[in-house]
Order: sequence, then C-alpha cells, then structure tokens
Amino acid sequence: MISLNVNGKSYKVDVSEDVPLLWVLRDHLKLTGTKYSCGIGECGSCTVHINGKAARSCTIPVGDVKGKKITTIEGLPESHPVKRAWIEEQVVQCGYCQPGVMMQVAALLSENRSPNPEKIIGAMDDVICRCGTYPRIKKGIRKAVQLTRKEGK
Amino acid sequence: MSRRSFLKITSLTIGISVTPFGYSLLNAAEKKDLAAFGPSVWYQVTSDNKVTIHIGQSEMGQGVLTSQSMIIADELEADWKKIQIKQGEALEGFKSPLFKAQVTVASQSMRGFYEPLRKAGAAGKAMLVKAAAETWKVPENECKAELGTVKHEKSGRSLTYGQLCEKAAKLELPQNPPLKKEEEFRYMGKPMPRVDVPEKVRGKAIYGLDINDGNVKELKGMLYAVIAKPPAYGAKPVSFAQAAAEKIKGVVKVLQIPMGIAVCATSTEAALKGRDALKVQWDKGKIPDMDDQYVEKTLLGDLDKPGPKVHEVGDVKKALAEVPKKLDATYYVPIVAHATMEPMNCTAWVQKDRCDVWASTQAQTGDHELATKISGLPPEKVFIHTTFLGCGLGRRTRPDRVPEAVTISKALEKPVKVMWTREDDLKYDWFRAPIAHRIQGGVDAQGQLIAWSHKGSSISITKSVNPAAELKGGIDWYNMWGLWMGPTEPLQWNTKIQYEIPNFYIEFNLSDLPIPVCPWRSVVVAQHAFAIESFMDELAHAAGKDPLEFRLQSLKNNKRASRVLETVAGMAGWGKPTPQGQGRGIAQAACFGSWVAHVADLSVDKSTGKIKVHKVYVAVDCGPVINPGPVVEQMESGTIMGLSTVLKEQVRFAKGGVATSNFDDYRIIRMSEVPEIEVQIVKSTDKIGGIGEPGVPPLAPAVANAVFNATGARIRRIPMTPEVVLAAMKTT
Repeated sequence: MISLNVNGKSYKVDVSEDVPLLWVLRDHLKLTGTKYSCGIGECGSCTVHINGKAARSCTIPVGDVKGKKITTIEGLPESHPVKRAWIEEQVVQCGYCQPGVMMQVAALLSENRSPNPEKIIGAMDDVICRCGTYPRIKKGIRKAVQLTRKEGK
Repeated sequence: MSRRSFLKITSLTIGISVTPFGYSLLNAAEKKDLAAFGPSVWYQVTSDNKVTIHIGQSEMGQGVLTSQSMIIADELEADWKKIQIKQGEALEGFKSPLFKAQVTVASQSMRGFYEPLRKAGAAGKAMLVKAAAETWKVPENECKAELGTVKHEKSGRSLTYGQLCEKAAKLELPQNPPLKKEEEFRYMGKPMPRVDVPEKVRGKAIYGLDINDGNVKELKGMLYAVIAKPPAYGAKPVSFAQAAAEKIKGVVKVLQIPMGIAVCATSTEAALKGRDALKVQWDKGKIPDMDDQYVEKTLLGDLDKPGPKVHEVGDVKKALAEVPKKLDATYYVPIVAHATMEPMNCTAWVQKDRCDVWASTQAQTGDHELATKISGLPPEKVFIHTTFLGCGLGRRTRPDRVPEAVTISKALEKPVKVMWTREDDLKYDWFRAPIAHRIQGGVDAQGQLIAWSHKGSSISITKSVNPAAELKGGIDWYNMWGLWMGPTEPLQWNTKIQYEIPNFYIEFNLSDLPIPVCPWRSVVVAQHAFAIESFMDELAHAAGKDPLEFRLQSLKNNKRASRVLETVAGMAGWGKPTPQGQGRGIAQAACFGSWVAHVADLSVDKSTGKIKVHKVYVAVDCGPVINPGPVVEQMESGTIMGLSTVLKEQVRFAKGGVATSNFDDYRIIRMSEVPEIEVQIVKSTDKIGGIGEPGVPPLAPAVANAVFNATGARIRRIPMTPEVVLAAMKTT
C-alpha cells in the first residue's frame, strides 16, 4: 500500500512503487483530468504539481511522491486565475493537452507573477498542443496575470 | 433537405436522453415526469421550460456543439440560458445529408447541416406558436415567439414553451416552416462562447481514453488491453512468450487476434509490462528493405511511368511546344502523422444482449457497422457512445481500434479498454498521403498562364481501407482533392485547382507501397496546394509578373478566390518593401466550400538555414458565419499545423516499417516557432462552407514562396529543415 496526498485528500493505493504516477491518478484514483499522451515526458499533457512545482506524472514513479503534496487539474481551484482566464480567452480547442498546459502555467505564475515573453516561451516550449492554441495560451497567460494583479493576490 | 429525409428524422422523435456517456437510452421526460416535445432528432423541449439539444457531429475543438446548437436555438427562438447541449448518440437521424453516414469529416458540419438544422428549429417554433394560437383561439399571425415564450400582444397573454410543449407535440410537423431573415438572427453570426470550454478547463471533460468504471459505473471489472503489432508491414509473429507475459501481476489473458497479440490486464501498467514481457519475434514482413529512400524513390519513380488520365482540356502538348516561356519542376510532399494528442483507444463491452462502444470517433456509422458485424448482435443492440475527441484530423475515421476492443471484449466476455501508446499511435497511423508532383507549365508572350501538365503519384486512400477496391479508370478521386474533383462530387465543394488554364492535363499514378494513408486535415488538398501554389510562384517569376497579379489574371471569373487574395494582400501591405532580410510569400487554395489565402513574412538565418516566420496573414471566405470565434480559431490552428508540416514533420521508415517512435523523434511545432497570426473573415453571403480544414493548405506554399523571396532558393519539398534550406541556398 502506498499513501498519497492528492488535492488535499489522503489515498491508499495497492500498486508497486515503480508504477508511473500518471496511471495511479487516472486508473486507480479515477482522476482522469491528467492526460496520457507520450509517456516519455516530452509533451506535458500529464503535468501535475508536486509540492507546488510542475512535474511530468508519466515519468515519475509513484514511490517517489509518497508524502508529497500532489495537485492535479481537478485540485486547481475553479477560482484560480488560470482557469478563469482559460475560459475568458477561449484558449482550448480539443482541450486534451490543456490540463497539463494549465498546470504548467499555474506553476510558472506561482514562481513569477508577471513573466516576460522570454520566460513564458522558456516555460511553455516544453508542451505540445496539436491544435496549435499557442497564441491563445499566450493570451490566456496575459489574462491570468491581469486577473491576479487586479485582485491583488 | 428533401421532404423524405426530414420526415425520417422527425420519425425518430423524442425521448433520447443520455447519461453522461450515453450508457442507456432512457427517456428523461419519463424519468423526471415531464412532458416533452421533440419534433426532431436534435432537441426536445420539456415542461420545465428547458431545451435539451443533442448534436450528432463529434466535438474535437472545432466548436460544433456550440455552432450547431446556435442554429437550432436561433430558429427555435429558444433562450440560450435554458439550453442544455449534449453530445448525441449514434443515430440514423444524425447521418450527414452529404455523406449518408454519421461522420465528422470534410469540414461539413455547417455546409451539410445548416439548412436541416434551421428547418428543424423553425418547425418547432411554428408548432409552439400554433399550439398557443389554438389555445387562445386567435390567428397564428397575431402570435410571436420570443426567447422561449409565445406572446399574444393584443391581449397581453403569453405562454412558455414548457407550457405549450404537450399541446405542440400533438400537432402535425410543418414541412416548410418559415425561416428567419438574416436581420432577425438572434445568435447566428454573433460571438458565442463555446459550450465545451468550461468542462475542458475544469479537467472534467471525458475523452475516449478517460472512460473507466469511475465515470461509467456499469464498466466495473473493466480490463485494460494493449496490443503487440508487427514492426514491419505484413510481418507475422514467429514466437512470443505468452507464459512470461501471463506471469506478470495483473495480466489476465494474452490473446492472439487478427490485429496482433493483445495483453489484457487489470491495469494499464500491468498490460504494458505484459506486452514488454511477450518478446515477440516477427518475420521480416512484406518489403524488409523499405526505408525513407525506398518510399521516396518509389513515388518519384512513378512520375516517369504512364498513368491514368484524370482531366484534359485544350492541347497541352501543343501549347507547351509553342509558349515562349516554360518551366518544369518536381515537388515532393512526404508522409506526416496525425499525432493527435489523445492516442487511439476504444472501450467496448459485448454482453449477451447488447454491445456498447465508447469511442472518441469521427465515424459513428462505420463503427456501428463494424461493432455489429464483430459482436454478431442485431444492429439495434449495438450502441456507439461518442466522447470528446482529443483532436480528430481525419484519423478517427479509420476502422481499427473499435474492432480491436469489440473483438477482445467479445472473447473475454468483459468490458475492455484498448489503449494505444504514443509509439503505437505513430507506428500504426494511417498517415497523410505523400504526393510527388512533376509539373510543366507555360506562359504566353503577355505573361498569361496558358498551359499546365500535371503528373502526380501517391498512395491510394481508398485501397488503404480496402485493398480489393476497384478504382474506376485506375483513379482514386480521394487522392485528387485540391487538384481535381471526381465526376460524382458536388461542384460546390470546389475542392480543386482554382485557376482557369486553357490547356490543362492531369495524369496520376498510385504507388505500390504497403503504408496505409487516410485523410489528414484537408485530406490531400494541402499536398496538392504546396505544389500548385509553389509552381504558380515560379511561373510568375518566369513571366516577370508580380505573384499576386499573376494569380489574379487567371482568376478573372473566380470572385471568391480573387477576393481572399486581394484581402490578404491588403492586410499585409503586399507590394510594399519588406524589412531588410525578410521575405514574403503569398498563396491561396479552396476546399470544402471555403476559400483561404495566406501571406507569410519570414527571415532565414543564412548560416544555419533556420526559418523564422514572423507574421502570417490569413483571409477566409467561408460564406455566412455562424460563430465567428471558432472561424478565427480554426484559421489560426490550420495555419500553425500547416507551419508544423513545413518546418518539421516527416515520418521515418526503416526495415520495412515505421522508424519514428515518439515525440522525441517526431517533432511538432511548439510555441517559440509560432508567429503572430492575423485573421480576417471576408464578409460573404455566398453558400456556407467549412472551416476545420481550409486553413491548412495555402500556408506551406506561402512559406516556400517567402523563402524564395528571402533567399533566392526554391525549395520544392517539405519539411524545410535547416539542413534542407542550407543545402538549397548553397546550390542557388
């Protein structure tokens, strides 16, 4: 049994330690918001937060995150500026990669409340969106920065 | 829509309500003890004043749930705030009037359904108005429907749609209900936020791969399956370690099926470990020495062989012999992958008395036929439940993962989810068809295009599905879209070369390669447009003409193509000098009833050969616009996907199979390479066209023409990787 803390809840799962966190989240905890796409950490669709930092759940063995604070897209509050900005700017198309993209953005903004274009590209060149929503992702980030600033958070 | 098909749709009537993934076909009205009125397959009005809309087209990010619902709601005069929109089931009534099947292909959700949806909404409104008029015993023309209420102004009375639905349901369906005039449109043409966006942002949207016993309770005990497939085309397994795989904890069964060797387990990770443990030995397959060069040589070699004649006007041989200026050029568009972010997958459960399939699919009718055949159940006992699609691009029309899941579930008598890994998804794609072109063209003394001889070769799309298919005259019209259209294809699709050429000849060969291909966002229009529009540029320069002017002079009777070109030229300031070191290119193409033109501004690093695209301008004429947001989104998306193919994408082959394996060796465009994109929708009252695909084709040639403008190097193949560009610059 492995004990996990996901989105503020405690879970116990019966899996071996080498199983990628992604499958534990999706199949065992039924948190399907985190997506599988490449399995080798190339595309970012599976991005979650481990202790607040963006991480690729497809390449992290579940044994490595025991006792750590795991946050998935379902655990990012509905009021989070990134979620609101994504709706306001209609960022998503097919939407499959976007939970990972949003988690990547949320982590970026928690470290840097107003990233410059280079910082944005530096962080976001790590993800692939086949629909090509990149210009909208940029817009979404700008909107999330604005929302955060306005609310003085 | 014909009277008959309209009646057929209405005969399905109401009562289709779905649980989130449509496990059961229940009647929500019965369940909730509500009266319901549903004059068409698409919607029902219930006595709680709600309207539930079911959309049969698949949502893959193009916004179809929203746009089709806007049409219905507008004509029904429903209140958008009281509408619930759901992805519909696979139903006869959802079949496309253009394809006679439930498919989301060929950018046809608007051009195929615009009129039927309007009529369906208008019929409901007419019946609700009639019900009110009869209730009040007043003439119908004194009653007016407005936002879910029918009002009688004279007497100040009003009744809601909910109050009227029971009575309306008993009325006869009008066959030709009056449609709104454009100035009466309440929703159509105005920006509407997409209804699929919030649940996608929340991480709650369910895609095919997300189906499990958590969101569909009936799937308790579901197994996870992955399939070992041959590394080379046509290879057969020689041996595999079944016992070793079945020893892995969680592996339930190893099963040989026609598609490969399936490993079924209680979890994804166990299935994957089991497949690794199989250590399958395969024989060498059909063409063991097939690699990139073999593929290219075959396609280019077939340009030298005689082939079936596709089209002929005038006397191209004579014209080419007489023209003062002629050119001869060969272009090559290699194989690229769909690489949808959600890999292929399907969940099926074949029980004794029913078969359920959950799929992120673009082809419900085909899937239904396959599941019926394999399950052996009567068609009415087979249910296809459509989830959200993690991108479609044409890939999710192919008959592969649905048969796999149904076959395994039937054999094991358990619900089974078949998952393809990214590696499976890339190796067993039905790729975008490669096309090699050899074009000879000539301009007269005035610089007017007068002769064009086009020889092409590709892999047959039709024969990829059915190798035994007989192609009339040896032509696969599927492979011609963008160059020429088949005799039976509706003219208004206009999926062909746009220029008027007095002497025009096309011959096209199909190459014998075992690589399966299928439509890829614009089918093959983009592969043709690359050659056509690059060659137009070459001819313009040979004729000493401006590339825009040269195009327009062969489009004199083509108002829509001219207009998008002129619009994009205006947006970009065509004709004005570009900044030092930058190049600019223009191109246009039409498909699926829409016209698009691109201008690309870029620079090329002379030392590395790296292309940096700075800005792309897009003009689109898709006829009447339903929801402007998604039109712009699809143009941006098509432009970026087109750019990805120009700069990066190519599937590699080796040892008779696919060598490409994952996103580390199949590079897709990322944020840093995406330029600023400006889109303008040309106001148009012409026939409505599609938007999903037409944004792709002109981009690649616009970039190629801009590279020529910037460097003087004419690159006749994609992808234009730095190495390719550098080599081309050296020889210029």
